[in-house]
Amino acid sequence: MSNFSRRNFIKAGVAAGAVTATGFTPFAIGGSKKQVVIVGGGMGGATAAKYIRMMDSSVEVTLIEANKDYYTCFLSNEVLSGERTLDSLKFGYSGLEKHGVKVVFDYVSGIDAGKQMVNTKGGKSFKYDRCIVAPGIDFKWETIEGYDANEAETTTHAWKAGSQTATLRKQLEDMKNGGTFVMVAPPNPFRCPPGPYERVSQIAHYFKQHKPKSKIIILDPKAKFSKFGLFTSGWQRHYGFDPSNPTAAGMISFVNSENGGTATAYDAKSKTVTAAAGKFKGDVVNIIPAQKAGAIAFGAGLADDKGWCPTEGKTFESSIHKNIHVIGDAAVASPLPKSAYAASSEAKVCAAAVVALLNGKEAPHPTYVNTCYSIIAPGDGISVAMVYDYKDGKIVKVEGSGGLTSTEFDAKLRAREVEYAYSWFKNITGDTFGG
Amino acid sequence: MKNTQTLGVALLIGSIAFSGASIAGEASAEALSYTCAGCHGTNGASGGPAMPSIAGMSLAYIVESMKDFKSGERVSTIMTRIAKGYDEDDFTKMGKFFSAQNRHSANQSVGSMAKKGAKLHKDNCEKCHTEQGTVAEDDSGFLAGQWTPYLRYTLVDALDGSHDMGKKMMKKLNKVHEKGGDQDIQALLDYYASLK
Ligand SMILES: Cc1cc2nc3c(=O)[nH]c(=O)nc-3n(C[C@H](O)[C@H](O)[C@H](O)COP(=O)(O)OP(=O)(O)OC[C@H]3O[C@@H](n4cnc5c(N)ncnc54)[C@H](O)[C@@H]3O)c2cc1C
Ligand code: HEC
Ligand code: HEC
Repeated sequence: MSNFSRRNFIKAGVAAGAVTATGFTPFAIGGSKKQVVIVGGGMGGATAAKYIRMMDSSVEVTLIEANKDYYTCFLSNEVLSGERTLDSLKFGYSGLEKHGVKVVFDYVSGIDAGKQMVNTKGGKSFKYDRCIVAPGIDFKWETIEGYDANEAETTTHAWKAGSQTATLRKQLEDMKNGGTFVMVAPPNPFRCPPGPYERVSQIAHYFKQHKPKSKIIILDPKAKFSKFGLFTSGWQRHYGFDPSNPTAAGMISFVNSENGGTATAYDAKSKTVTAAAGKFKGDVVNIIPAQKAGAIAFGAGLADDKGWCPTEGKTFESSIHKNIHVIGDAAVASPLPKSAYAASSEAKVCAAAVVALLNGKEAPHPTYVNTCYSIIAPGDGISVAMVYDYKDGKIVKVEGSGGLTSTEFDAKLRAREVEYAYSWFKNITGDTFGG
Repeated sequence: MKNTQTLGVALLIGSIAFSGASIAGEASAEALSYTCAGCHGTNGASGGPAMPSIAGMSLAYIVESMKDFKSGERVSTIMTRIAKGYDEDDFTKMGKFFSAQNRHSANQSVGSMAKKGAKLHKDNCEKCHTEQGTVAEDDSGFLAGQWTPYLRYTLVDALDGSHDMGKKMMKKLNKVHEKGGDQDIQALLDYYASLK
């Protein structure tokens, strides 16, 4: 992870990428089939695998994923409130196999960009013509003193779904009525900008029904957050939040950066978070640390100094290593946010580019969409959407498109947004993992 | 309305042939349409329970719907925000892509009033929504096999005046509602859910 001559690396990478895009595509040696190896079978990787096979079934796709079961992060906040089961978030890989994707369960330990080879912990090697890397996120543990991967087994982040989600749910269930839940929110950029605040909404919903004397304290290193007005007015509607006095001791108290909400240390023994504003003791504490690209991005030298992987937005080819593409949360794809919808949209653009490049053609003109639904309470949903285009070498928002749920939406339309959020869940997971 | 839309189809097909799908600097029909799958299902076949399937709808209906969403003439939770990201050429490409897919029938539970609904449909709706509302060329969305919650929303919007579905249809729908109330609307929905 040293920074030596990173800048030169990037320059060289850009030049090489440009050559590739104009037609010097390396084919698999000996006339064998073109090989694509995908690292990580989450929203980005699994979608890319399926769509490459849909676009060109002559390409061989190998997907290497660490876990047999994938748990979606999206809608995992409803597991915390008891509105759904963890099992309802679980997906497998048999659907992709029906599309002819070779699925390998193993952990990728390294990528040799020179030899175009992916190596696994299990001792296997896979040669690629093009590699797609979609490992999701990792945490910058060093940012909160006293909090690390070990302590996260007890004091959860629950920012990767599965056992973490189950642990946090159990702690909330065990908490006494009148207890305090402290959530430490992450700094930008991070996976799912509205996610922490949907989490607060869902936990408030649970407390309101089962532990109404309990409190929620949000410690935030930011001044504001995604869908700020929609969330805070929703909290006002349902959970006794006062937007004009956000730190007041209603059920939800929001301590932002301006009020000293930036957390710096954690004492696990006393479950106490230290922030600029003082010490906050919780009965249940949830720390969502600052984030960076998944570990393999660093092992393969794909990440920049900020911890994310710079890419070319038309193909998602790495700006550092040619023939390797990075999609999903690990990639720098702004103004696209780090969301499941964006990861899926990036995967389709990347799949089309990879298929074109492998066939000696130029990558087609891309188009992208993002949408994020958040559920504030049963029957009360909000959303944000945006359409993106590619102009002058950059991903850009299409002016006039997208935006937030209108503040003028009545209860009828906000209830529909919840039903549509559930449909979105059904359809995006079907689009990603379905046969 | 039907006639002008048919005319529209002819014009639109002309413009597809002219503009082509892969001009550099413009996204193809596939690229544009793949972005819809996260909400409407792969190739427009929705897994429900509320998001409508759009696979197999007519080119004219999809283009008209997108234009009405874009202008805000047609009420929506999110489609107006999505449609504002595109121009009419894009709508034509999407329409071409989805109209080439097979209609998708929802696998959903059926209420108890399907029989009554069948008669109500035959007497009031079949004239325009032929073959139980499965014919794309009727340019009016699918009824049989469409997701029930979605159809319910569209009928609620029609009845409360937030979506103008045309005088002739409203005459029939209002007649059904005035006579049989919400029960008969439910009977129609049960009927459509019972069909494939
Ligand atoms: C609480 C919460 C709520 C959310 N809600 C929404 C929402 O409503 N809408 C939305 O659009 N997004 C939402 N998101 C965000 C969404 O989950 C992510 O943006 C999305 O999963 C990113 O996809 P990805 O492919 O980049 O990463 P992931 O889906 O995390 O997939 C990465 C995969 O790579 C595997 N992997 C990593 N490293 C290796 C390796 N070395 N070898 C093999 N396999 C490896 C992992 O096991 C994992 O399966 C939410 C997130 C959270 C935390
Ligand atoms: C974020 C989810 C989402 C995305 C993305 C999306 N849609 Fe929709 N679509 C909906 C919803 C929800 C409705 C119902 C109207 C509403 O409330 O917005 C709908 C309705 C429609 C309808 C009307 C169907 C009918 O039976 O009359 C059409 C046509 C349509 N969408 C086309 C598209 C196309 C084409 C795209 C891709 C460019 C797309 N949609 C992308 C959510 C979405
Ligand atoms: C005179 C012709 C006509 C009659 C009669 C008619 N409809 Fe329609 N219907 C239409 C047209 C045209 C549309 C498309 C309207 C639009 O998009 O603005 C439509 C749209 C609909 C839709 C929305 C479909 C979607 O995908 O969004 C539903 C539901 C519907 N009709 C139900 C009915 C029912 C139920 C009846 C009988 C009570 C009925 N219609 C009678 C012409 C008719």
